[in-house]
Amino acid sequence: MSIKKVSEIQPEVFEFDTNNFHKANNEIKKYPKERKASAVIALLYIAQSQNQNWIPLAAIKYVAKILDMPYIKVYEVATFYSMFNLSPVGKYFVQVCTTTPCMIRGAKKITELCKKHISKNEKKLSENKLCSWTEVECLGACVGAPMMQINQDYYEDLDESKAEEIIKKILKDEQPGSGSMKNRKNYAPNKGKTTLTEVKNA
Amino acid sequence: MLKDEDRIFKNLYNDFGWEIDFALERGDWLNTKNIILKGKESIIKEIKDSELRGRGGAGFPSGLKLSFAPKEVGSRPHYLVINADESEPGTCKDRDILRFEPQKLIEGCLIASYAISAHTCYIYIRGEYFREGERLQEAINQAYEKKFLGKNACDSGWDLDIHIHYGAGAYICGEETALLESLEGNKGQPRLKPPFPALVGLYGCPTIVNNVETIAVLPTILKKGAKWFSSLGKPKNTGTKIFCISGDVNNPCNVEEEMGIPLKELIEKHAGGVIGGWNNLQAVIPGGSSMPLLPKSICETITMDFDSLIKAKSGLGTAGVVVINKDQDIIKCMARIAKFYKHESCGQCTPCREGSGWMWRMLDRMAEGDANYKEIELLYDVTKQIEGHTICAFGEGSAWPVQGLLRHFRKEIESRCHEEPVIKKKNNVPYLIDQHLLEKDSA
Repeated sequence: MSIKKVSEIQPEVFEFDTNNFHKANNEIKKYPKERKASAVIALLYIAQSQNQNWIPLAAIKYVAKILDMPYIKVYEVATFYSMFNLSPVGKYFVQVCTTTPCMIRGAKKITELCKKHISKNEKKLSENKLCSWTEVECLGACVGAPMMQINQDYYEDLDESKAEEIIKKILKDEQPGSGSMKNRKNYAPNKGKTTLTEVKNA
Repeated sequence: MLKDEDRIFKNLYNDFGWEIDFALERGDWLNTKNIILKGKESIIKEIKDSELRGRGGAGFPSGLKLSFAPKEVGSRPHYLVINADESEPGTCKDRDILRFEPQKLIEGCLIASYAISAHTCYIYIRGEYFREGERLQEAINQAYEKKFLGKNACDSGWDLDIHIHYGAGAYICGEETALLESLEGNKGQPRLKPPFPALVGLYGCPTIVNNVETIAVLPTILKKGAKWFSSLGKPKNTGTKIFCISGDVNNPCNVEEEMGIPLKELIEKHAGGVIGGWNNLQAVIPGGSSMPLLPKSICETITMDFDSLIKAKSGLGTAGVVVINKDQDIIKCMARIAKFYKHESCGQCTPCREGSGWMWRMLDRMAEGDANYKEIELLYDVTKQIEGHTICAFGEGSAWPVQGLLRHFRKEIESRCHEEPVIKKKNNVPYLIDQHLLEKDSA
């Protein structure tokens, strides 16, 4: 279980904009009519994306109202899952995987770089208020270790210089290109394929 | 070595494109209608004959699982749920299926849904795989366009809708009942079993939960025949499997190989060998972080299949192979895994919630050399008190790797512990820490 800090500064009201309201309705439609609550994670995601990547308490109330759920049940969900941010994060939210497979391949160097360039402590905004970083558990890209996720994109096969380059870019509000930093083809061995060498499509 | 033509996932590295047109060229959706027209019984029998075992970690026979769904649909609808909540450290196989072979998964969903009489299928993807989810949604849309899904899917007379449901970063939601709770809009805390999901699952309806890889191999098995599949691998451990090799190897990679391939061959041939050479190998975690590690002596000869790894007191799990060489501090590596479990414990059962934190703190102390000899026994005791005393298998998953470390690297731990006990005997024993041991002494 992770400890969540709820932001002290909270907006008074929250409402989906028209586009997101439409999106939310599409999510609710995925589930049987009397099971609206199933869409709670999806709606919280929409709220999070509308509100600069964090969920204010007003949004939790709003989602509860849409889904006919008690406020506390939505609050429970928002605090249980680690991907919901209950206090502001940077426009570029860096998540560095530090679980064993990444640790073995040097994830610590990347967290050191984050400390050096972004902020000394996790979940604190950088000086220009653009970026923040945190250590996370396994992101499921162990073959591309060490890796980090910036917003939705994976940056894999990092080394110190590549990671530093990426971090410097986001600090300047530039979107770096994602994927493997070793220029290898997905998860094929980087010294050439050992299987599927003779297959052609069809 | 497995021949290329026998590999199921030909687009594992996205050499040929993931879009439906390329997938059709690879033979996806070929004769799907005829397979379905053969009938439920025949599909399930064929899967049973192929001896396919679930690829999500437990290795439960897949044909048998599908047959657990009630034969007739009663007042409650049936559901198929695909578990794409891949979060086990060391594992990233489902991600490549979602990215590069989505049509295999979708076709498998149609066949499996038909076999269990479900008209709705939910695919539960972990929230971090946002891009993979987008890709899958696009692939689903393409399948709808070609009329492979929806009403009268693939002209088979069966209706099927597939929906994607994102998780939000909870490892525990990979446990099937926690996944169902999460799908219903609750916190992901596992349910007591029985009743099993096959009878009382999603919304209280009969539900079959399966791993991505299990479902994605079904179409190929049914097309090429159960005999072909069971001729690969070993008896009771048949077929092919995607192995993810990560950690201290020269070329980390995903590779599809035959079940029962020797671990040494897997590492040397496909992953370019251990960094610093085979003799620099310290240990291997053979099946994702929940499975106990194997020391080098066992790695020399072990084969990668369910039964031989169980014999070696480990398991195939998800086949995420994490290689650890002698440059690494093995206790630190396991302490990090313990921290992972401490972080991910859902907090429902006390032994797991409290025990996972204990194990992490003790291992951390041992790695630093701050522990004393007595704590080794205490640590073992804690693992034994978690194992088997929790609602779901997370308890075992967190206790086994520590037990594995104690089994194979006890000397290493002992060499760092010191004689002088940190906690003085008899007096000043803090409450709680080893109360039960004291009681045992006096009994």
